[in-house]
Amino acid sequence: MAKIRKEGKKGVPAVSTASLPDIIFMLLFFFMVSTSMMEVPFKVSISVPEATELQSLDKKSLVRYVYVGTPLNEYQKQYGRETRIQLDDQFADVEQLEEYIVREREAMREDEKPLLTISIKADKDTKMGIVTDIKQALRRAYALKINYAASQRVNAY
Amino acid sequence: MGKRTVQEINASSMADIAFLLLIFFLVTTTMSVDKGLSRRLPDPLPPDFEAQDTEINERNIFVVLINSNNQLLVNREFIDVHDLREKAKEFILNEGDLSNLPELLPIEVTIDGKIETILTTKNHVISLQNDRGTQYQKYIEVQNELVAAYNELREMEAKKRFGVPYSELSVERQKSIQDIFPQKISEAEPKNYGGKK
Repeated sequence: MAKIRKEGKKGVPAVSTASLPDIIFMLLFFFMVSTSMMEVPFKVSISVPEATELQSLDKKSLVRYVYVGTPLNEYQKQYGRETRIQLDDQFADVEQLEEYIVREREAMREDEKPLLTISIKADKDTKMGIVTDIKQALRRAYALKINYAASQRVNAY
Repeated sequence: MGKRTVQEINASSMADIAFLLLIFFLVTTTMSVDKGLSRRLPDPLPPDFEAQDTEINERNIFVVLINSNNQLLVNREFIDVHDLREKAKEFILNEGDLSNLPELLPIEVTIDGKIETILTTKNHVISLQNDRGTQYQKYIEVQNELVAAYNELREMEAKKRFGVPYSELSVERQKSIQDIFPQKISEAEPKNYGGKK
């Protein structure tokens, strides 16, 4: 780049790439700002059901997730193929859920405690039995704001 | 061009470094916003609670049962999930003041500072009950249809009263519309019908 071209036979000068880093940096900053890292590594396989009347969860700091699904292949030896619950990055039982909510709520700011929302991310083939158990546990823990995670259905019937 | 004493730093690798970072963020990024059906659970029952028979007129209840084969029974009638929305709307509105649909009663709603009396089916309840074996997808579909029924009615009311879609109304006006069509979806306390868990 610093080389000075002598007036020679070649007429067309090379395209300057000096602004390329700037362009890339711009893209980089865009992705850095808009990125949200994966919450936790999944240990259960989840494909959420589809629905149309969705509301988005805006404040991430107020949301805690409960994952429900069958364990991924590498965990099936240890945990079997039955539907399991994942809290943070560990498998858990319904009995641990109440404790988990209380612990998470303790860690929140006082004015945000009533706004705690639980997002139930469950696989669409889950049986309602386990979901009902989760709902009962959430009621006992007074975590009444819940959200059933779902994806937008593109085509109506 | 004179001789330079300090050599310029070679910046040609800058692009590569930036590219590397860019690719890292591209891969780890998840642009999707979390979406879902928001619901509110009822308060927990006190431990010494005993079920009491509350007086609800039968015409005011819209019973939706889902069995473990994902079949829908609405008011003792087999229906398809696609017909549920229309059924629910018909039930909530009761336009013809029919005797098998919930009774129309006057309520007072504040609209733009004025109190208006409107006839609604204020005592209606949609009761949803599912089996432990019901598939989650079906449950969400049914919930979705019921919420959609309410949303469509609110949308209709907003268009009729104010001439604009519900989402473009001010918060107070949205509140008024919500007062006219409050969501009354009640979920029965879980029961275990089949023997298997």
